[in-house]
Amino acid sequence: MFSSDNLQRAREIISRYPSSRSALLPLLHLAQDQDGWINDEAMTEIAGLLELTRADVYGTCSFYTMFKLEPVGTYVVSVCTNVTCLVTGGPAILHHLEKTYADDPDVFVEEVECLAACGGAPALQVNYEYHERLTPQSAEQIIDAYRSGQRTARRISGGPR
Amino acid sequence: MTLQETRLLTKRMNDRPADSWTMEAALATGAYETLRTALRMKPADVQEEVKTSGLRGRGGAGFPTGTKWSFLPAGLYPRYLVVNADEGEPSTFKDRELMERDPHQLIEGVAISAYAIESNTAFIYVRGEMAHAHDVLERALADARAQGFLGQNILGSGYDLDIVLHRGAGAYICGEETALLESLEGRRGMPRIRPPFPAIAGLYAKPTVVNNVETMATVPHIVGMGGAEYAKLGVNRSTGTRIFSLSGHVNRPGNYEVELGATFRDLIDDLGGGVTNGGTVKFFIPGGASSQWLVNEHLDVPLDMDEVGKLGVMLGSGAVMVFDQDTDPLAVAWRLVKFFAHESCGKCTPCREGTGWEEKILYRILHGQGRPSDLDLLLDIGDNISPGLNAPFSQTTICPLGPSSVSPIVSLNKYFRDDIIARCTPSLVTMLTGNGLAGNGLDGGLHR
Repeated sequence: MFSSDNLQRAREIISRYPSSRSALLPLLHLAQDQDGWINDEAMTEIAGLLELTRADVYGTCSFYTMFKLEPVGTYVVSVCTNVTCLVTGGPAILHHLEKTYADDPDVFVEEVECLAACGGAPALQVNYEYHERLTPQSAEQIIDAYRSGQRTARRISGGPR
Repeated sequence: MTLQETRLLTKRMNDRPADSWTMEAALATGAYETLRTALRMKPADVQEEVKTSGLRGRGGAGFPTGTKWSFLPAGLYPRYLVVNADEGEPSTFKDRELMERDPHQLIEGVAISAYAIESNTAFIYVRGEMAHAHDVLERALADARAQGFLGQNILGSGYDLDIVLHRGAGAYICGEETALLESLEGRRGMPRIRPPFPAIAGLYAKPTVVNNVETMATVPHIVGMGGAEYAKLGVNRSTGTRIFSLSGHVNRPGNYEVELGATFRDLIDDLGGGVTNGGTVKFFIPGGASSQWLVNEHLDVPLDMDEVGKLGVMLGSGAVMVFDQDTDPLAVAWRLVKFFAHESCGKCTPCREGTGWEEKILYRILHGQGRPSDLDLLLDIGDNISPGLNAPFSQTTICPLGPSSVSPIVSLNKYFRDDIIARCTPSLVTMLTGNGLAGNGLDGGLHR
């Protein structure tokens, strides 16, 4: 359920659009930033706010890769392996991080498509914040810096902390 | 002569790297002055300047912007301007930089363009993963409103404009303009059948113009110097400057703004510092993942949309990917096709099924499990998605995503056919162990 602050934000977001359904993606981001993932209660609440069916909300939500329909911990680590990263070492980074954090419930490592950071390849994002020109070791250090509190992460859907 | 950059759109971010995104830096370097000028002109005259400039869309298709605007039916309101900031074409990273480092240039361009097409509401659809660009734009929009450059009665002109910032959520297909409109309406991002074109029935079924970020950021420069003056830059029908995202095996990858007409070699050697480790170019992709490839012998082709088009390739989104002599073109083709298979929205059967088949066949060839007939099988599947296998694409699909997946395959066939077929004859060892990739360093990328 949205907190009262977020409910107010949700209503402000809806008011920006000529048609309320346009607020669906922004509200899903808001819910994910609050809860860490998109749960059934959130989809039901958003359906109510936008006068949609739950099926409408789920059907749209499930199309987009950023929306996580199950809990993913605290950090989403998105590693690019598309061609520029492929030829500059992205797969080795992915491989290393997947192994390193395999049993860590806080860190969710995923392979993603081009992040538009090819000038700094290989690249990854932690909660949608960019890190470029990486090696497997420097990537691990960055993630550990978030976990130890040396770096402050964005929210899970990329919203500002 | 060594190629130099011609910085129009990238001037402020290069001159003031420490604060180019702030209102202070923008105002100190002349931002919003052209908006002031434009608001004193008639909307039709602003449109005329853009037409005269010869500006062609910078998103990939290269359609003349002024002509696109002129398709809006007269007298029908409201009409919307939608900015396509869903940059996702592999190896394209110019729009992200334009948003993160010079948001006011974009906002000024949107305001002038919206005024020119008589729209009072514009939307900027930012790719979901670009959280920082979103925050920079949000701040810049608030500052622009506070200064009276947006909102009611802008600069006393009587013109009202609101710009709504909207975040996507991870879907390459939403960079296709009708899929973008579906997504902006809160639906799955699946392309619409045209006609009707967005100019007639776009967002909320109202007349709509969809333009790319770089296109919008160019508009203040055109109106500022005059369309005729802008048209003197560049070459032939490729007027002005373009930002090329140079990446891959080059010493200085990055965004470079040049006048159209220079060659790929100039771009790669003079601005990119040449191939890494003193290597040579084996092949390069001239205009984003959707384009067919070129090889070493094409390095002296000019960066001119029409010249490049004659070779059956495109400048597309302006992403130039360079691969050195040691690169396995099969691995690159497989990874690109995997991308298209992943991003297919599933609406059209040839693309939904075909891209998956293409990816699986390339995967097995890469693993040493290919059959000698596989390359022709790939071309046959491709021909069902894009009949004739030509560029520009013909298509059995609603949008160009499926046909784009055929480009790497056609390129493999054109330049590397013998090599691929040789690899399609599995050795006895490979057949017995079922493991063709171990030890070549790419296995980390083969997670599926």
